[in-house]
Order: sequence, then C-alpha cells, then structure tokens
Amino acid sequence: MTRILAIETSCDETAAAVVDDGVFVLSSIVVSQEALHRRWGGVVPELASREHAVHLAPAVRRALAMAGTEWSALDAVAVTRGPGLAGALVVGLNFARAAAVGRGIPLIAVNHLEAHLHASWLASPMALPSGHKPDFPVVGLVVSGGHTELVVMHDWDVVEVVGRTRDDAAGEAFDKVARILGLGYPGGPAIQAAAALAPATTSGSGEPDARDTLTRPWMRGNLDFSFSGLKTAMLRQVEGELHGNGTPVGNPSRLAEVARSVGHSSAGDDAARPVTERTARLARAFQEAVVDVLVSKACEAAVMYGAKEVVLAGGVAANLRLREALIAACPVRVRVPALEYCTDNAAMVGAVAYRQLLRGEVSGQGLDIRPNLQIGER
Amino acid sequence: MPLAPSTPSDIDIVSHSATQTHRLGRRLGALCIGGETILLEGDLGAGKTVFAKGIAEGLGIGDVVTSPTFALIHEHVGRLPLAHVDLYRLEGGNAAIGAGLEDYLRSDGVTVVEWASRAGGMFGTDYVIVTFRHISETKRGVHLSPLGPRARMLVAQFRQEAFGV
Repeated sequence: MTRILAIETSCDETAAAVVDDGVFVLSSIVVSQEALHRRWGGVVPELASREHAVHLAPAVRRALAMAGTEWSALDAVAVTRGPGLAGALVVGLNFARAAAVGRGIPLIAVNHLEAHLHASWLASPMALPSGHKPDFPVVGLVVSGGHTELVVMHDWDVVEVVGRTRDDAAGEAFDKVARILGLGYPGGPAIQAAAALAPATTSGSGEPDARDTLTRPWMRGNLDFSFSGLKTAMLRQVEGELHGNGTPVGNPSRLAEVARSVGHSSAGDDAARPVTERTARLARAFQEAVVDVLVSKACEAAVMYGAKEVVLAGGVAANLRLREALIAACPVRVRVPALEYCTDNAAMVGAVAYRQLLRGEVSGQGLDIRPNLQIGER
Repeated sequence: MPLAPSTPSDIDIVSHSATQTHRLGRRLGALCIGGETILLEGDLGAGKTVFAKGIAEGLGIGDVVTSPTFALIHEHVGRLPLAHVDLYRLEGGNAAIGAGLEDYLRSDGVTVVEWASRAGGMFGTDYVIVTFRHISETKRGVHLSPLGPRARMLVAQFRQEAFGV
C-alpha cells in the first residue's frame, strides 16, 4: 500500500489530500478563495498567492488528521507544478519540497491537467468501483474555465492532444454568456440552473423550438472547438431583443429567486436582474449548443481512435446536462468524476502521482514550477 | 485610461470579416521590433482575440493562440516574445490587481492587452489603443490611436504599409 500526501495550489483553491494507491481518498480538503475573488470579479494573482500561504499548512494538517495518518506513514509528497498562476504554484511547490526533504521521502511533480483526467478513477474506500483500471486507449475531454481539450490516453503516461479550442474555453464561454444574460459569476452553475427553468415546447418532446436553436460551431474536418462565435451570437440575440419590441415574457419573480440561489456576482451591476422565461430559454439554447458540440466531438474521437472508454474531466464536467448527454450518446463506456472531484482538488493530484511513483518518476530538489505546462509534458 | 482624441495620426478602418481583422493584426505584429504595448478595446465578440491572434502570427508565433481570459496572461515565443493579457475578469481597476500583474509584463517583447481599461493606467505612456466597434454581423470598425513616440511610429508604418501614405 502506498500513501501519498497531495497538494494543489495552481489557481484559487488551496487543497490537500491523502490518497492510498492512487484511488482511495482518505481525505480531501479544499479551501476555496472564491468569495475573496468574487469582490474583484475574477482571480487576482497577488491575493491568490497570499491566501495559499495562509491556508496551506492548516489544510495539510486537516487532511492528515481526517485521514487518521501521521507524517511517518506517508510514502511520498505530490504537488502540482503547472499549468497555473506562477505565484500560486510556488507556494504549494515550496511547501511540498520542504515536506519531502524533512521526511526524506520522494517528491512527485504533477501536471494539473493530467490530474483532472485521473479524477474519474478516484473512489472512496466505501464505494470501490468494479474495476478501476481503464481499458486503453481512453479518450478524455478536459473542459474548464481555461481549457477545452480532447486527448487520447494510450496509457497512463502517454497522452496525446487531438483537439483543442481555437479561441475561448468552454467554461469561459459559460462565464461570458452568463454575464450577457445577467446571470452572474461563476457562469456554469448559473446557466445550468436558468436553463432548467426553460419550459418544454408545446409538442412536449422537450426539444427547443427553432427560435431557441443556435447554430453549432462544428469546425468540420478536425477535432478542434470554437466557442467565440457562439458567445457573439448570444450577445447579438440579447441586444436585438432588448432594442426590438421583444418584451421578456414569463414570471420574473419566481425565476429571480432561483437565480439568487445559484449565486450572483456582487462585482457587476447586473446582479439584481431577474431571470425571465426568455432568459431561461436562451440559457438552454446556449447550453444545448455547447453540450452538443462537446459530446459530438468526443464521440467522434472515440470512434476515430478506437477508444474503449471516454472520460470527462475539469470544472465543466460538473454540468449535469453535459454528463447526461455524453453518457446517452457515447458508443463506449463513459466515466465522469464525482462532482467534488470536477473542480480543483488535491485528491486527483494524488491519483496521478501514484502512477508516476510506480514508474519511478520522482523529482529532484531542483524542481521548479511550470506555469505554461501543456498536456503530455511533466 | 485616457483615450487619446482622434488626431491625424489615428487610423480608421472598416474590417469586413474576421479574416480581414486577423490580417490587420498580422500586419501590425509584423512591424513590431520589441517593446510595443498594444491595448485592445471593444465589446465581447468585437474581434479583440482575433486581432491578437493576427499579431501573434505577425510575430512568427506558431502556437494556437487562444483567449487568455481565465489565466489572465498567456506567454508565447516567436520572433519576439508575446505577453497576451486579458483583463476581462478584473473589474474595478484595483491597485492590488496591478501589483500582481506587473511582474508578468516584459519590456523586451510585445504586450497585447484586452480590456486594458479595467486596470487603469498601468501600461506606461507609450501604447497603441485599438478600438473595435460592431457594425453588422461580420463588419467591424477598427480604430488605431497611438500615444507616445514609439506608438506613433508604429501606426505611421502601419499606415504606410496598408495604404501607401
């Protein structure tokens, strides 16, 4: 049995976890800075670094206590070296290096994006899946605020990028469109909640009518994505309806309650705008378009590369419509991460670190951060 | 950010497509010699990232240049290094934001900043402001306005190359 203490400080979550054999999560602590950054409308690098410095040691102490383990029982320390904000990565890396030196145990440097890809194979000891080793090749769809990438995993450590966004990341498009619709930050949960309020059409088929259907950016002939045009189309649609006579329909008061419950940005001046039925329909139209493209391309990649499994990863993997649509459409087995392991966490760092430790990929004391690290690099 | 008044050194162009906006960016990027700061202003979907991708191509950068909204900054290396900054997520023009960001800016390469006005005047005194205006589905108004001697020279060269005057 191999017990790893994992640390993640690449962006705005300070996280520590104890993971056994790369799958059994004994503890996973995530201290979110979202409330702090919400004031500024986004992540402020300087503040993020300071917050990591304040919260990391207590988070590690809590992770060890919750796992019921001692420093002496650890076999290795793992840490994210990139990609991420330089100042934020440094805090985690220095802590991990000091811990490894102090305990005389190996230090393992992890690629944050590959860690996301491993999140679907994490299990709590109470809920061990029937088999936690995948059948390679596996197609992975990494979707987050900063990334939209399709990869083929030929093995745990052989990961090839086969498609990527040419402009905006999917999560970024969700944030920007939520802003356009007055739904607040973060955009993913806000759009999902608003879309769920859109009424079914009279046909009862659940299919949106033609007015609610956006043209899909297919990027035919390759596995790349483009979400910038969809964002612009939404902006034009909303502007056109505001300036035309299209008075929003529906019952704003009930919808506004729901919108408040999903969290509004206090930084913007649009925080109090109520969610009308029309807004809900537009949110659904946008979500359907993004999900449709992501799912179609993932399935296309699965067929093209003869994948045995498709794995979903990253913050946008928490979107329920995306999970449902991918599982329904995919010709092979689909693995989705538990909701708690979609957004940034340290358990996934422990998962990928375990594979690296088995291969003897241990870092020296000269280890440095890599803010621009790409998938496939370590 | 003080917007320079429209002067004879300014250029007004109508771009008829994203492809043309990209080409304009590439032309500007090709003229850069290092140390330039180019600030891109305009609404969502107005063409800022498309123009920035053009600049990157003009700098001989082979990477896929994507929107840096989430990461705040993407660094690329070509003929000259490019720092592609996007301040969309930062509202309020706060000093704390500037303090963290300045570390990432470099003087030897080209700095392209989307939504620069959100950080207040932290980009020196010599820069080109490129403003994008939505005209129709695909048409955009592109306005180049230089501030400072280096920026004026860059825009004058751009005018010479593009219009021969």
